[in-house]
Amino acid sequence: MNEGKVFSLYDFTALTKWIDTGLHHAMSPFWAVITELLIIGVLILIFYALIGLFLVYAERKVCAFMQNRLGPNRVGPFGLFQTIADLLKLLFVELVPIKNADKFLFNLAPFIVIIASFMAIAAIPFAKGLHAIDLNIGVFYVMAVSAMGVIGILLAGWSSNNKYSLIGAMRSGAQIVSYELSVGLALITVVILAGSMQLSVIVEAQRDGWFIFKGHIPAFIAFILFLISSTAETNRGPFDLAEAESELTAGYHTEYSGIKFAFFFLAEFMNMFIVASIAATVFLGGWMPLHFGAWAAGFNHVMDFIPPFIWYIVKTFFVIWLMMWFKWTFPRLRIDQLLTLEWKYLLPFNLVNVLVMAFIVLMGWHF
Amino acid sequence: MSANQIMFLLFAVAIVTFSILTVTSRKILRAAVYLLFVLVSTSGLYFMLNYQFLAGVQLTLYAGGIVVLIIFSILLTSHINQKFELTGWRKSLLSAIASAAGAILAITSILDFRFGATREAAMEVNMHSIGRNLLSLDYNGYILPFEVISILLIAAMVAAIVIAKKGGPVKQESQNLNQQ
Repeated sequence: MNEGKVFSLYDFTALTKWIDTGLHHAMSPFWAVITELLIIGVLILIFYALIGLFLVYAERKVCAFMQNRLGPNRVGPFGLFQTIADLLKLLFVELVPIKNADKFLFNLAPFIVIIASFMAIAAIPFAKGLHAIDLNIGVFYVMAVSAMGVIGILLAGWSSNNKYSLIGAMRSGAQIVSYELSVGLALITVVILAGSMQLSVIVEAQRDGWFIFKGHIPAFIAFILFLISSTAETNRGPFDLAEAESELTAGYHTEYSGIKFAFFFLAEFMNMFIVASIAATVFLGGWMPLHFGAWAAGFNHVMDFIPPFIWYIVKTFFVIWLMMWFKWTFPRLRIDQLLTLEWKYLLPFNLVNVLVMAFIVLMGWHF
Repeated sequence: MSANQIMFLLFAVAIVTFSILTVTSRKILRAAVYLLFVLVSTSGLYFMLNYQFLAGVQLTLYAGGIVVLIIFSILLTSHINQKFELTGWRKSLLSAIASAAGAILAITSILDFRFGATREAAMEVNMHSIGRNLLSLDYNGYILPFEVISILLIAAMVAAIVIAKKGGPVKQESQNLNQQ
């Protein structure tokens, strides 16, 4: 939009190019790459922490709203600093050592969970040019990497040497492994429509209309199936029976305290964020503004004035709000109901939906 | 040393160390975790080659699928304090000789083979070409192995169901056992 300017809210390509060439002039290619990796790592880390803190606050506020309460309102304006205070408390909490636990695996588990979600966030396009790695298997990569988190949960449950933890971990493992199928099939429905797995291509293909409108009925069904199964995959209510507090105290992280518990907590919220941003990117156009076809040129032009990053954040938080709404509205499922829902309803539905979408793309009935 | 070589060395060292730890660890779940590290480092090598699809498959199928199944079955069957017995020196010696022989065989055959090495950057393999080749009948097509493998999978699944069902109606005795 703004030619020649280095910094523009609408296109970050020039800014990242400028940093890249500057670094390559200043040092050897090897150290330039290392510095770039460090910069990206630190930026994502800061983003991760800030979003995590905000999500905890948002969850409490939304929950309060659903239950006709006020929620946190004492620390800072509207209680905004409540989660920061909670975080400081968590940092100072004693790390309780456990006898008879497998110490190595016990300490390793939170790192596996958090690294898995950290790797997934690197592949998400935040705005034009603001995209750390644009793999040609983007969608597949995010699924593959976020699936690793379940290993951390299983290890945490087993190495705690505690019945509640073990049962929680088993439930969580069964749940994530089975719901992964539905998440994958729902995404494949859109991959068929887009003809590519690369996230930047998928976003670019939605320039003249988001996929949820373009693919009409099957895309909308896939969006709903994705919402249900990804809520289950992130262990959130109504599918949070892995940590059902009334029966299992806290599930797989019963024995964890202090910063190790905070890692699990943060990873859970960040997984929700990742899932929501994948939903926003794949179904709702990512950072692409709301565009209709050529017949609405004036409307499209007005929408272009809102920066892409704002679009991305608004869409992602819309999906997150939907997921919080689920959590505080529906009662928790039993484990057999959960598995019945996946294997008897969602999976066959998804398979038929993929076929319908392939047929529609083949006949050219999509927009 | 270039950055590529350093990365390769890191991955190679990780693969070798964790492979050895996998077979020498006396705690079964730790062995599974070391195996996970081996598989993840291997997918790192594929990423280095720019073959992203294979790296993704390695991560989902092996690290996310098979290791999760292994860990799941360990969770169901073994207790945290269980340790494997130390193997006797005769067994360790024999298996050391066998693995050394295997290693020598593999290394010599790899060194003998003439790889067409290039200094060019690895080419990115497009998803479209992978999909076309997987389902084409041409010289480079993989439709036949693809179909054969799916028949094999169906056979395995049917066999699993048959084994799980095992015969006719449930016997009276086993029901009594359950109630006690």
